[in-house]
Amino acid sequence: MALLNVKDLRAYYRTEIYGISRTVHAVDGVSFELYPNEIYGVAGESSCGKTTLIKVISGNLKPPLKVQSGSVNYKLGSYDVDMLQISQDEMRNNIRWKEISYVMQGSMSVLNPVRKVIKTFEDIVETHQEIEDRKAFLGRMEAHISRLGLPAEVLNAYPHQLSGGMRQRVAIALATIFHPRLIIADEPTTALDVVVQRGVLQLLKNIQAETKNTVLLVTHDMAVHANVADRVMIMYAGRIMEEAPTETIFRAPSHPYTQHLINSLPMIGVRMNKTSLPGTPPNLANPPSGCRFHPRCPLAIEKCRVEVPELLVVENQHRVACHLVKEGTR
Amino acid sequence: MSADRKLFDLQHAVVVFHIGGMLESTRLIAVNDVSFSLSSEKPEIFTLAGESGSGKTTVSRLLLGDLAPTSGKVYFEGRDLVEMHKPAEFKAFMKKVQPVFQNPFETFSPLRRVESYLFDTALNFGMARNRLEAAEVADSALQMVGLSLAEVSKRYPHELSGGQIQRVSVARALIPQPEVILADEPVSMVDASLRMEIVNLFRKLRDEQKVTVIYITHDLATAYYISDRIAIMLRGFIVESGPVEDVLDRPFHPYTKLLKESVPEPAPKERESWAKHISLGTTEVKEYGRVGCKFAGRCPQVMDICRQVDPPDVQVEQRIVKCYLYTEHAGQASKENKHDSHQISA
Amino acid sequence: MFRVLRDLLKYDGRFRIAFIFLVAVVLMIFLSFVSPYDPNKSFVVAMDTPPSLEHLFGTDSRGQDIFWWMTFAVRNSLLMGVIAAVISRVIAILVGLAAGYQGGWIDRVLMSINDSFVVLPLLPILILLGFLLRDIMNLYLLGVILGFFGWPYDARLIRSQVLSLKERSFTRTAVYSGANSFWITINEHLPFVLPIVFATTINNMLWSIGNEVTLSVLGLSDLTNPSIGTALYWANQHGALVAGVWWWIGAPTLVAIVLFLGLYLLFASLNEYIDPRTRLRLIGG
Repeated sequence: MALLNVKDLRAYYRTEIYGISRTVHAVDGVSFELYPNEIYGVAGESSCGKTTLIKVISGNLKPPLKVQSGSVNYKLGSYDVDMLQISQDEMRNNIRWKEISYVMQGSMSVLNPVRKVIKTFEDIVETHQEIEDRKAFLGRMEAHISRLGLPAEVLNAYPHQLSGGMRQRVAIALATIFHPRLIIADEPTTALDVVVQRGVLQLLKNIQAETKNTVLLVTHDMAVHANVADRVMIMYAGRIMEEAPTETIFRAPSHPYTQHLINSLPMIGVRMNKTSLPGTPPNLANPPSGCRFHPRCPLAIEKCRVEVPELLVVENQHRVACHLVKEGTR
Repeated sequence: MSADRKLFDLQHAVVVFHIGGMLESTRLIAVNDVSFSLSSEKPEIFTLAGESGSGKTTVSRLLLGDLAPTSGKVYFEGRDLVEMHKPAEFKAFMKKVQPVFQNPFETFSPLRRVESYLFDTALNFGMARNRLEAAEVADSALQMVGLSLAEVSKRYPHELSGGQIQRVSVARALIPQPEVILADEPVSMVDASLRMEIVNLFRKLRDEQKVTVIYITHDLATAYYISDRIAIMLRGFIVESGPVEDVLDRPFHPYTKLLKESVPEPAPKERESWAKHISLGTTEVKEYGRVGCKFAGRCPQVMDICRQVDPPDVQVEQRIVKCYLYTEHAGQASKENKHDSHQISA
Repeated sequence: MFRVLRDLLKYDGRFRIAFIFLVAVVLMIFLSFVSPYDPNKSFVVAMDTPPSLEHLFGTDSRGQDIFWWMTFAVRNSLLMGVIAAVISRVIAILVGLAAGYQGGWIDRVLMSINDSFVVLPLLPILILLGFLLRDIMNLYLLGVILGFFGWPYDARLIRSQVLSLKERSFTRTAVYSGANSFWITINEHLPFVLPIVFATTINNMLWSIGNEVTLSVLGLSDLTNPSIGTALYWANQHGALVAGVWWWIGAPTLVAIVLFLGLYLLFASLNEYIDPRTRLRLIGG
């Protein structure tokens, strides 16, 4: 029973500067489903389209970004909400923070720098319900943030007085006030120190385990996915290359890109020569024909240049978009 | 003339900042009795590792002559950097020490073509006499980093990828044929899967061009991959330093152990230790102001003396550890251990 | 360049209006060179006739065709505005760059001078100068004077831009490429500063022409040369409104409005165009 159903989504940026129009195929045919009670990771290098994907799913469509085709359906109770057609009012009243909430990189986008933290909490709560009893509300908020390991004084502080790690935890606290069923986390720990990152990610995992909701975790750091996600989806140049349970992805990755992503990671204890992928991610205004990875793929055959590989189910919950896998040669 | 000529020599460098306004200000000791030296006999990759607030960026500013130490000395090739006033002296220094910065998209002005920086460097440091020669110099520097002048010619920064710009940045730094390249978090803003190509470059520079690289980072994995020696910093102190395989394979200092354990790794056997519960705690300024060892607040093996007096530098095998556990006080650890879970400040 | 023009015309309504207005103004300036009437001669046509096909803006109590007289007026006012803008831009850039990049005592001295100018009450001083220099006052002198008063706000703006540019990594890269501070200021920082300068130039012209009109209406500027302000002055002198010669006030007012609106809308639309983020929102989608 899918919580979020994305079908064949295509979202492009259309710009026209100096008379030259450019279309950037940021998300070009993406289909996947999110289920309750899981952490779903989206991995990929920068400019693979994952940020655009998040923007579309969270209803953040502003020109020059436009959805070309496809659908995004969110299951609200017993009926489906078309996330692409939803009005701003309905978004604000029913969905945002209540059903779907966000933790972004750089918590400053959600924390108002000139107001105390508690005020931001009030603002968010008040858009959905009146705060009758201020004292009781304060007590509830203190209890909420102490479960996240934050001292009560944090509520009375200004964002700049808190360290980066604390701000991100406040952002997570904000995102979980109403116990939403879907938390979208976009690079939530990228700018944080490694020890703090560990703490924040564990927090996210604990919250997910307790409330049994769904977390959509987007980050380019594969090692984070290895330790946090239940299923991982690998994006490249606007398309899905592979999707599988975490164990499978790291134990036996099928797609050449996934293999290279994992092999190119440095690890403590390893000093032998590693190389990263040659070349650079393609220009999405003019993407390569056929399989978008073929210019950099060490195993590419002629078919890869000509035909776009479909995302096929290889085994249980494991989908791969690669001609070589389909033909059983891998 | 000493046989062991030193490139950089920091002796008990201390940097104190005063933060806060006119009425109330706190003393922040950003760099606390830091000493290390780099020999010019053998080029090496020396890593200064630490989290944010560790003081590594302040040390890099000391090394570039950007900042004078509050006490202690910073020598480059025997000359005290503080006494480098004249522009000609500074230019001679820059010819030998070149930086690579963290943010590739800020390293070059978005309004200028990147090649112009290469040409300028070549002409200004006397590596070329005219534009034609400068083009040759630029091209050979670019070839060394795996690019070519034809590839980047006429390009603006926004037309290149982060990884490419960082490589151009290294190429530019190579043009004056420096003895030291100081790379400040050069790959932290580059995709994880592309870091190898930049980091491999540093190895190549050390081996083929005989350049010493000072690598400042919080990424222990790449540090392990390329460094010869590493120094771990925490709140202004160097808590452990030595050959990188020793320090990271078998860490001695409790903070190094915590750092190593917190690095997420894709290999299954490592995941259990990463998942060990961490509880997050108080702000970092409190740790700075702490008397004694800065890690005492969350060290699982803390002793009374740790909280009272700065720990001394102890030589253990080939490394130096700043910890009472390796002095005669070590026996007191088990009796006074009051913590059963890790406390992390965040 | 032309594609920029085409983009702006196509997508920005404000720019379209500004374009039309300013083309009209420029047209008037060109026409002044082929004027059949000499603005200094009076009583060459019938007095006080309302606007008609023969006299587009009518004629005034001194027997002059107002339309052709206004072509000279517009030319002179605009010329004065340009003089003031150029002088004040040059001073603002020099002061802003020097104060921003050098810092220290140079910055403090320059900003003290700057702020002194800012707090000076401009109108009374202009009036005073108008009195004192009545004999030699002409539009060009007025332009120069306004130029010397019009730089402080923008100098501060430029200075703060330079201050932030100094902190950016690419300034350090330039230092490590061996460049000296002067070279860096001109080659690295000035290109960022120029768009601001351009935007404020238009603003500055508005300001100086406005001041000129005020002075002229008070009779303190050069009354022999036609300008928008002197038109209003003479109209007042002859009691135009009372005498029912409304077109004598109407014409310069209309021209002034067209000129001001045109300049302002140009300023607003160019400002948005220069910033690529807002530009995309205008065009893309």
